[in-house]
Amino acid sequence: MKSGQAMATTDRNEPELIARILAGEKELFHELIRPYERMVYMTAFSIVKNATDAEDCAQDAVVNAYRHLSKFRAEAKFSTWLTTIAVNEGRQKLRRAKRAKEDSLDEPVDGEETEFTPAPLTDWREIPLEALERKELREALREAVANLPDIYRQIFTLRDIEELNVAEAAAALDINENMVKVRLHRARMMLQKSLAPLWKTTAPARKGFWGRMPWN
Amino acid sequence: MELNCKHVWAHISDYIDDSVAPELRVEIERHLEHCEICSAILDSTRNILVLTADDRTFELPVGYSQRLHERLAQELAAN
Repeated sequence: MKSGQAMATTDRNEPELIARILAGEKELFHELIRPYERMVYMTAFSIVKNATDAEDCAQDAVVNAYRHLSKFRAEAKFSTWLTTIAVNEGRQKLRRAKRAKEDSLDEPVDGEETEFTPAPLTDWREIPLEALERKELREALREAVANLPDIYRQIFTLRDIEELNVAEAAAALDINENMVKVRLHRARMMLQKSLAPLWKTTAPARKGFWGRMPWN
Repeated sequence: MELNCKHVWAHISDYIDDSVAPELRVEIERHLEHCEICSAILDSTRNILVLTADDRTFELPVGYSQRLHERLAQELAAN
């Protein structure tokens, strides 16, 4: 989980670290970004959708953060600022690649309250922790997230993979907090809808697994 | 007012994030007590989030961190 990151960021004094880097101890920048490496990559990946481009963007974002560190305002959180840079790198990459064909990043029409009917399914209730070890479930989830429309994949990545809070995600994507909540809700419901049936069809077939469960 | 299933679905995400008003939370919980379908939907959504939060689900490319710091080292040396 994210305990390593949480520990790393709470145990240290980031403003001081940043001040020292700006004062000339530039090697400390390696330490500054270490807790956020994963976040930067996942942010970029949520936008460019492939590993090679995401890694390029992540590197560019980190280098740009270093180059512009003096512009970082202390009242903001460094992680949010870095995420914003990663979002911008990802978008620029898309623009360069697709010649400004950014229709996927367009805002959805407001008031277009598409109603999501979740997939009703009782099998999920008994999910044993052991099921979370199943590789194919992870694979299915990765695929389902990859198949989300862009704006929903981005918000899901920031909120549920990187665990940014609502305000941070809003700042990183430059949208308001209510939009964050609305999009996140839709993203989660889309995932629930696409994953729940899969669970239903694959689970009973795995007798070896389910046969060991106490209710059998 | 008795909530129906659609009302509950509309608030599932906020409910999970604990960002619904206290009165609404009570209403939702009252509904969940007797509604198997909504309970299952809530549980499945939560399970997805548990799986999502696990670092093994969304992995970094092998060698990513090393390459990132190498690139940064080049930048630091140049600037």
